Amino acid sequence: MGKNRAFDVTTLPGFTAIAILAFVLLYAPIVTLVVYSFNGGNSVNLWGGFSLKWYKIAWENEAVQGAAVRSLIIAVWASVIATSVATLAALGTTRRKRFRGQTFIYVMINQPLMVPEIVTAVALLIFFSSVKLATGYSGLGYLILAHSAFCVPFAYLPIRARLEGMDTSMEIAAADLYATPWQTFRHITLPLLMPGVLAGAMLAFVISLDDVIITEFVKSAGQDTLPTYMLGQLRRALTPEVNAISTALLVLTVLILTAFFIITKKRG
Amino acid sequence: MKSMLIATTALFGSTLSAFAEGQLNLFNWGNYTSPELIEKFTEETGITVTITDYDSNTTALAKVEAGGSGFDLVVPSANYVPVFVGKGLLAELDHSRLSNIGNIAQEWVDVAWDPGRKFTIPWQWGTTGVAVNTSVYGGDVNTSDIFLDPPAELVGKVNVVPEMNDVMALAIFNAGGEACTEDLEVLKKVRDKLMAAKPSWIAMDYGTTDKLSSNDLVATVNWNGSTMRARLNNPDVVYGYPVEGYPLWMDSVGLLADAQNVDEAYKFLDFIMVPENAAMISSFARYANGIAGSEEFMPQEMKEAPEIVIPEEFVSAGKFLPTCPQSATELYTAIWTELVK
Amino acid sequence: MRGSVHRRSSGANGWLLSLPALLLLLVAASGPLVIVAIYSFLEPGDYSGVRWIFSGDAWFRILFERDIFDQTVSLADANLSIFWRSVKLSLATTLVTFALGLPTAWFIATRPARSRAIWLFLITIPFWTNLLIRTFAIMEVIRNQGLLNTALIKIGLITDPIQILYTDTAVLIGMAYVYLPLMVLPLFAAIDRFDFNLIEAGYDLYASRMQILRRVILPIIRPGIVAGCILVFVPSLGAYVTPRVLGGGKNMMIGNFIELQFGQGQNWPLGAALSMVLLIVVLGALLIYTRVASKEDPHG
Repeated sequence: MGKNRAFDVTTLPGFTAIAILAFVLLYAPIVTLVVYSFNGGNSVNLWGGFSLKWYKIAWENEAVQGAAVRSLIIAVWASVIATSVATLAALGTTRRKRFRGQTFIYVMINQPLMVPEIVTAVALLIFFSSVKLATGYSGLGYLILAHSAFCVPFAYLPIRARLEGMDTSMEIAAADLYATPWQTFRHITLPLLMPGVLAGAMLAFVISLDDVIITEFVKSAGQDTLPTYMLGQLRRALTPEVNAISTALLVLTVLILTAFFIITKKRG
Repeated sequence: MKSMLIATTALFGSTLSAFAEGQLNLFNWGNYTSPELIEKFTEETGITVTITDYDSNTTALAKVEAGGSGFDLVVPSANYVPVFVGKGLLAELDHSRLSNIGNIAQEWVDVAWDPGRKFTIPWQWGTTGVAVNTSVYGGDVNTSDIFLDPPAELVGKVNVVPEMNDVMALAIFNAGGEACTEDLEVLKKVRDKLMAAKPSWIAMDYGTTDKLSSNDLVATVNWNGSTMRARLNNPDVVYGYPVEGYPLWMDSVGLLADAQNVDEAYKFLDFIMVPENAAMISSFARYANGIAGSEEFMPQEMKEAPEIVIPEEFVSAGKFLPTCPQSATELYTAIWTELVK
Repeated sequence: MRGSVHRRSSGANGWLLSLPALLLLLVAASGPLVIVAIYSFLEPGDYSGVRWIFSGDAWFRILFERDIFDQTVSLADANLSIFWRSVKLSLATTLVTFALGLPTAWFIATRPARSRAIWLFLITIPFWTNLLIRTFAIMEVIRNQGLLNTALIKIGLITDPIQILYTDTAVLIGMAYVYLPLMVLPLFAAIDRFDFNLIEAGYDLYASRMQILRRVILPIIRPGIVAGCILVFVPSLGAYVTPRVLGGGKNMMIGNFIELQFGQGQNWPLGAALSMVLLIVVLGALLIYTRVASKEDPHG
């Protein structure tokens, strides 16, 4: 794409400075979060000396660990499902002649963005409860389904943004060379689309991790996620235990990603 | 690793695990259940307890009413118990299965919201008053004027917890009314008082324990146990009992009508009425319970805490909030909505 | 015919490819909303839920309020001001995230291919914690005894802490923080396929940097801008956690107001009607927007 040889066309005045500022701002609260996970006191904002006690408490607390693991399981499922259906939908609604119902599809896909969470939450509470009563199944499936649904627009929009204006000449060339539609998609379209899919999947993942209200209303017995576990504490007092578990998750993330990069680098 | 396993089983075979033998699903306020209590219960009975959190009576009610979530026990506040009962959501307790029922302290047996304890067992009780940092304001703190007509030192610094029932009750008592009053003249005074006071408030927020401890808040409407926790961190914090009247509250455990694990639930209810166990609940959350004889098992700091043991002169000002009729609730909601928006 | 791969019975294919997404949303998002629509025409139930009696009261109460003391009816200007406040704050949030997000996305997209993924992950790593804990972390920074005020006092810029917590500024900071990746990632996806030769061509034609930005870059990455702005603006309209924790609950946004109706307000129909209004307003804005956008779009 020719960006490597250009030496200064890619820089715009002030952009790098603002970008670095943005990174600093992003990490400032995270630093305090990590610092307070080592708080010896009982509070999330009153320093009581350095201590690892909250790590010990979190380590011994199966409820908070279970909640963290549950959050991750739901987020993985939801982002995979949401990104898959969103990729298909983006392919179906971009780069083709306008067709009847296209606007309808667009509106439907973006609908979860348009109402506050509490509304979807109440609607799902009523709907899923009757399904739970009718089927007797009350597993994590409902939460995964609900999360997948509200993650769809977050995955769809970046993929669509990537797809729009991505020209079709490569795909046409492939088709001219008798590639099947699947081969064309697999070897041409998907690789070109990948940055969009990656962006969409990452958004879907963090959006699922964040969700509080819908989860609070859809969850069954024993299905607290980390956010609903915290919501329950909000009214009374939060303890640095959640800081500890969040820090542990962050470290885990960074480790996995680093390992991933080292492995792929060796291979490449 | 174990939790990973549990989560995975929950995903694929939840119907089995949730209602299996030796399970109990407790639906309770977050950060309200002593982990040691649960550990001890599991040791004694072999029953595994799953705790699921909620953050308000309304959420708990909405979820229980919708059904299908598999909860066995719920812990509504006193004024919500009749609502749960009225909607047929709580099962009537069979006292013959509760050998420790006699341990409930005499004053907590014939309570207005559940006469004779037909439906619920006491969990914890407390008061709603005001907490003030004495380094900022040294005057009398035993008045609801702290937030309804703040002294000059506190103007612009008062926090009010966004609990409609508690705050409305404090304001009604301050205006000389009775709980659940529908007297429009009193209510008009209440509304005007609240609206006039609102500009001198800094926020209507929870999380008061931490913010009182760290001096981010210097005065707030608050619960007694939370104030005690804050005082242990920050000795300047005192708890005031408004002499105009202040609400007493109690959260009680009820057995849900659609509970799957009824036997286990009875065992748990009986278990928490043992004084020693009730004391565990209290030492964790810092509120008193309603079980006679539990005091001796409580930590020393709680036995003499001025937040927990109501001083003699203020006892009579404490009033239990009955469940108000829907017509009164509607009036209060209207005033509350006007206030918070 | 060229382009036959994609153009063959485009409508049928379009529907077919969108079907899984539509089904998912029908079951777990849009479908159940019908319940909410119906609830908005019912009477509130005792303490929660609804009573199955038709009533237009909820809709009436969106625009008018009846004084409980003298029964006079007046325009519900408080509702309107909550709505207006939400729109203002959401617009401000969108602007702030865009001002920070465009350079950030640009910066990431212009890194060498290998490190690009690392930078991208760096943007999302803070978001692996959850919304509540991030919001509390922001509170740590801006509260009176927090990082920012302590630092400012230490270096002698101020003597008394600035009250940021519990103000609109706090809500704005919090929302901009929370929604930044929603702006950066779609922008990145759009910039990443940008042909930088175009900029070179622009400079060859003696265009200034500002002109390049306005005439070359912005039009080409427009789909990313559109996606980012929608992803930030629309959810921030209905935001609940950030205004509640950082705004202190004294001044509401529409999301909190709707939540109040389903919670302590005990008026589900009013909450339902308010959400319907919000849905219709956003939907209308989005439709007008796509109509206008597709007219401008040369590919349209």
